Amino acid sequence: MSEDASSYPPIEPTTFDLIVVGTGVPESVISASASANGKTVLHLDPNPFYGSHFASLPLHQLSCFLSSHSTPPPSAASTGCDYTPVALTRRSLYSDIEISSYSPEIIGEEHSRKFSIDLCGPRVLFCADKSIDLMLRSGCSQYVEFKSIDASFVFEENDKKLMSVPDSRAAIFKDRSLGLTEKNQLMRFFKLVQQHLAGSDDGGGETSKISAEDLESPFVEFLKKMRLPPKIKSIILYAIAMADYDQENMEVCEQVLKTKDGIDRLALYNASVGRFSNALGALIYPIYGQGELPQGFCRRAAVKGCIHVLRMPVIALLMDKGTGRYKGVRLSSGQDLFSQQLVLDPSYIVSLPFASSPPEPLKESLKVSDNRDVKWKLARGICITGSSLRADTSNLLVVYPPRSLYPEQVTPIRALQISSDLAVCPLGMFVLYFSALCKDGNEGKRLLHAAMDALLSLPESGCPDSGTAVQNEVAAEVKPTILWKALYIQELTVDQFESISTTPIPDGDLNYNNLLDATLKLFQKMYPHEEVFPETASPENPEDDDNEFSLES
Amino acid sequence: MHGRPRKDPKPEDAAASVAKAEKLRSLQSQFLSNHHNKIYTNEALEVNTKLLEVNPEYYTAWNFRKLAVEHRLSQSDSDPDSIKSIFSEELKVVESALKQNFKSYGAWHHRKWVLSKGHSSIDHEMRLLDRYQKLDPRNFHAWNYRRFVAALMNRSEVDELRYTTDMINSNFSNYSAWHNRSILLSNLLQRKVQGFFPKELVLNEEYELVHQALFTDPDDQSGWFYYLWLLDQTVKADAPLLVSSWPARDSLIILEDQCLDDRALSPFNTFHSDSGTFPLIVYFNQAVEGVNSSTISVESVLNANSELNWKPLSTNNSQTAQVWVTYLNYPKVDVHSEAYPVEVSIGHSGGIISSSGFHYSHPSRFAFKVFARPVKTPIGHGGEIISWQDGNFALYETSPEEPNPTISLDQLNSKDDNEKTSSEWRAETIANEIALFQELLSEISCKIGKLTLARLLKAHDTLLSPCANKMVYSEEVIKLYSDLRVLDPPHSQFYKDEHSLTLLQQITSTRESLLRYCFLHGDGTSSFIGNSMCLRLNNLSLSRMGSIERLLWVQMLDLSHNELRSIEGLEAMQLLSCLNLSNNKLSGFTALGPLRLLKLLKVLDISCNQIGSHSIDTTRYLCSSPLCHTEEMDWGRDETVTADVNLANYWEAFVIFRGLSLTQLDIAGNAVADEKLKSFLVKIVPTLKWLDGGELH
Repeated sequence: MSEDASSYPPIEPTTFDLIVVGTGVPESVISASASANGKTVLHLDPNPFYGSHFASLPLHQLSCFLSSHSTPPPSAASTGCDYTPVALTRRSLYSDIEISSYSPEIIGEEHSRKFSIDLCGPRVLFCADKSIDLMLRSGCSQYVEFKSIDASFVFEENDKKLMSVPDSRAAIFKDRSLGLTEKNQLMRFFKLVQQHLAGSDDGGGETSKISAEDLESPFVEFLKKMRLPPKIKSIILYAIAMADYDQENMEVCEQVLKTKDGIDRLALYNASVGRFSNALGALIYPIYGQGELPQGFCRRAAVKGCIHVLRMPVIALLMDKGTGRYKGVRLSSGQDLFSQQLVLDPSYIVSLPFASSPPEPLKESLKVSDNRDVKWKLARGICITGSSLRADTSNLLVVYPPRSLYPEQVTPIRALQISSDLAVCPLGMFVLYFSALCKDGNEGKRLLHAAMDALLSLPESGCPDSGTAVQNEVAAEVKPTILWKALYIQELTVDQFESISTTPIPDGDLNYNNLLDATLKLFQKMYPHEEVFPETASPENPEDDDNEFSLES
Repeated sequence: MHGRPRKDPKPEDAAASVAKAEKLRSLQSQFLSNHHNKIYTNEALEVNTKLLEVNPEYYTAWNFRKLAVEHRLSQSDSDPDSIKSIFSEELKVVESALKQNFKSYGAWHHRKWVLSKGHSSIDHEMRLLDRYQKLDPRNFHAWNYRRFVAALMNRSEVDELRYTTDMINSNFSNYSAWHNRSILLSNLLQRKVQGFFPKELVLNEEYELVHQALFTDPDDQSGWFYYLWLLDQTVKADAPLLVSSWPARDSLIILEDQCLDDRALSPFNTFHSDSGTFPLIVYFNQAVEGVNSSTISVESVLNANSELNWKPLSTNNSQTAQVWVTYLNYPKVDVHSEAYPVEVSIGHSGGIISSSGFHYSHPSRFAFKVFARPVKTPIGHGGEIISWQDGNFALYETSPEEPNPTISLDQLNSKDDNEKTSSEWRAETIANEIALFQELLSEISCKIGKLTLARLLKAHDTLLSPCANKMVYSEEVIKLYSDLRVLDPPHSQFYKDEHSLTLLQQITSTRESLLRYCFLHGDGTSSFIGNSMCLRLNNLSLSRMGSIERLLWVQMLDLSHNELRSIEGLEAMQLLSCLNLSNNKLSGFTALGPLRLLKLLKVLDISCNQIGSHSIDTTRYLCSSPLCHTEEMDWGRDETVTADVNLANYWEAFVIFRGLSLTQLDIAGNAVADEKLKSFLVKIVPTLKWLDGGELH
């Protein structure tokens, strides 16, 4: 890679308002927004593709990226005159990588290219969530097309089957697995939430509002108070409000979802259903994979004058000798570039030279803030199958609530099946993404394996009796066979430096909301006086933005 | 489309609407002048098209187009292409009008007219409809048109049914879809189409479907309407049935020429008349037509040489009625006379048809005997005034061997096996539904849920009553209706009516309960009425009369001190000779319409009602049969009678009372009852002896 980089012609100009390293969603949003605000931006990425940790990659490239991401500290650090170079290294976000192929023809060169596998899966967009608003606002939406996720399911712990998530009035009506009284209870709860939300607009109507005391209480307590049966409680908590951690076991629950937050999440879900007339449910997915999103923002940035350079690692930071402040970066090509601000993707770490004690200001500005959230990691899994989990649905979401797989399961697992309709795999195949929060690799693998085993099977050779046993029961209930799978553990911690901005790491959420919140906060910190994607007098009329959103039905 | 608040117009909107009105006026005057001068040129059509684009509600403009099309067709050389283009032009105009307002009656009607001419392709219409129905899935214009097009292109009803399923699945709050579903299913069930037979299986699935809607959102009314239809399909027997008669099955009727003082006889079975005839009443479970001497044969010596003339007891001169009556002659009075058997056979020859087109399909037969008693104590007509005071009544004490007056004819209708399984299914379905709605009501309080439960409980009792002959749930039903009156004040009158009907059902359900309301009038000797048994249903807060099929034997009825606004149904009580309706809420003479059919009525008390208190006679909205359309008046004949009174002021009273031969009338305590009216009544009812307690000379 570095050979490639050194053969690059030097970059002109050499001074920018902002240098962004990494092309993940947060970095791309920042570069696009800064460009839209008239800043001169240089956007670099050491990889030969856009998207960094948010990319969608062909199979072989995915394997390479997962396993070969840690780079040894380069030795190119030499002192300049006005500034101190500080070596930058990249750590791997991924560990415990386990890739198995049960069907060699899948990973063969020609087939491999037909895949476009997300690194940060499972991930979807809610029709009403921030990423959509941001895409519409930035104009990025014109580069990305979406399709609906057809249905959501909950893995039912008792009969070990998928149960559809009754997430709307029509869905409750159609669902025949709920009892009539359960339907009534669920719909009444939805109405209560709707009344609460509607009541907050006009200020009046105290009676329809949920009391302040209830709003501060744990959501799970509120659901109990509403006398919702366990099955429905679990659906609301994990498959609609998408709560993390076991909410009913306070000892292991890392983050208790409060009623007001739970209601906000239901509101998001509710606003998502039916926002776009041709979307079936609340969730949509970009055609060609999640990697389309960062690319879209990058294209937007480019339209506004941002310069993009791929395959260009940054090997050192250039820090002011006197003040210790950031001045610029040194590329692996040896060129030094300067900017007011720098944004780094979360895989970068600064290694302070230990031999000669660095000047005090430098130490100060590169101080690493301590991270509280060290305990948790994220287990991610990818499976490729030749058939769908449900015969009638090809793109679907599955949530395994806590304790649904085994008693010690303290976090929910989310799984997303994407079909070839979305151009992410060869015709007739399906890509399944799994993710779960975990304390360590072992726990993570156990969660993923349990989730996969519950719905998928390994090929005959690996597991000779599984196919026949299932077939004996009901012929229609044959589990899809795994053709290829990958499991890996992703870090969730990010080092934060005093004077350099680091973008957030891919989180365990289904959507981009929290990531974008953190990103926009970062942008505001860097440019307190600028607006994120200022409204321009563009021909695009924000009033009828919905029409501009391309969603294939 | 629905549930959006209306916004106040902005000032610029007002200006726009002024401009629009200006444009409209000028187009309109051009159009009208074209119309008057029968100008059908292209320019004239152009003006018309523009006008309809602005205002598709303009019927005259649509009619002009029809005339224009006919004119152009007559001019054209019958070349199919040019004909086609004339019609396709029309379809285009309709489409643009519908864009402006797609609830325009005129536009949809015009489209139907064009399509019915048969020169346009229908295939396009389904696509158009799919588009419109996607925009507003509930629009009933589109659904109406859909039915029209589906019939025109012979689209299968099964496909259309599937379409309603899809629409309901996407949003079940859709009256139009549910409604169309009920129409389609009715047809499919009636024709017993493959997959829609037996009816029970199909209806079970429909129950399942509508439950999903009712339980998901009980506040949404559309599902409830469908449910009501479904319940009706379940409970209602398709074929008409005979439910009761007078004389009742196997009864012995004692006929008297004159009053008879013989307490050994049951007052339930004695009947007195001056006319030498007695009525034979048949009561069906629904309105039927075609009752005549060939569809009902009466075998008896009493009418050996004359054909019976059956009359429908309907207040609106219709030839369809639930109750039919004929008159049989008295047998010869003879000291040694025996009981004469009468045998009635119904429906053996077909021809009795319900208003929904079903034939009376269970031929049945019943018999009774009549026995004429000779006169013992002749008494003059109306010799004495009948007083309704409580002191004149004594609770009737029955002797055990007395026959049951309330025997119903249900047992009479023979049931085949098919009928039996279907009635088992009915009972089972209703029981399931009851359990389900009790469960729903334990979750939430819901008005329509309570009403439905009340209906179900009533249906349960009605279905079981022929065998069990008791009302298991009537207390619960009565309580539900009382609750509902509090919960839902705007409809309290309806609940009150239902409450009354249930109460009457309960009262008439068993002999024991009915006997509590049976009294003997006076000392039994002084009355001129043959039968001194009086049914006293006074002071019960009744707002409606019901269960009349069990009360056909009643000759003296006290309904005073209730809240009756109407006496619909009372016309079936052909034996009635004394009727007390005082202290009710009757608000006009029109409400007394049913009395015109009670030819034996002698004593009537309508005092202390609200006749004449209201300037607007609301009974006309309540009753199905406003008088004014039913009476062919023979004004001329009565001219002498009414010469000094303005008949126009009292025409309603005239219509009601002229045909009655009352001997006693109480009308005081009504706003209308002034001296003028009284003298008018005296003139038109010559038989009258007592008016408001005073003897007439």
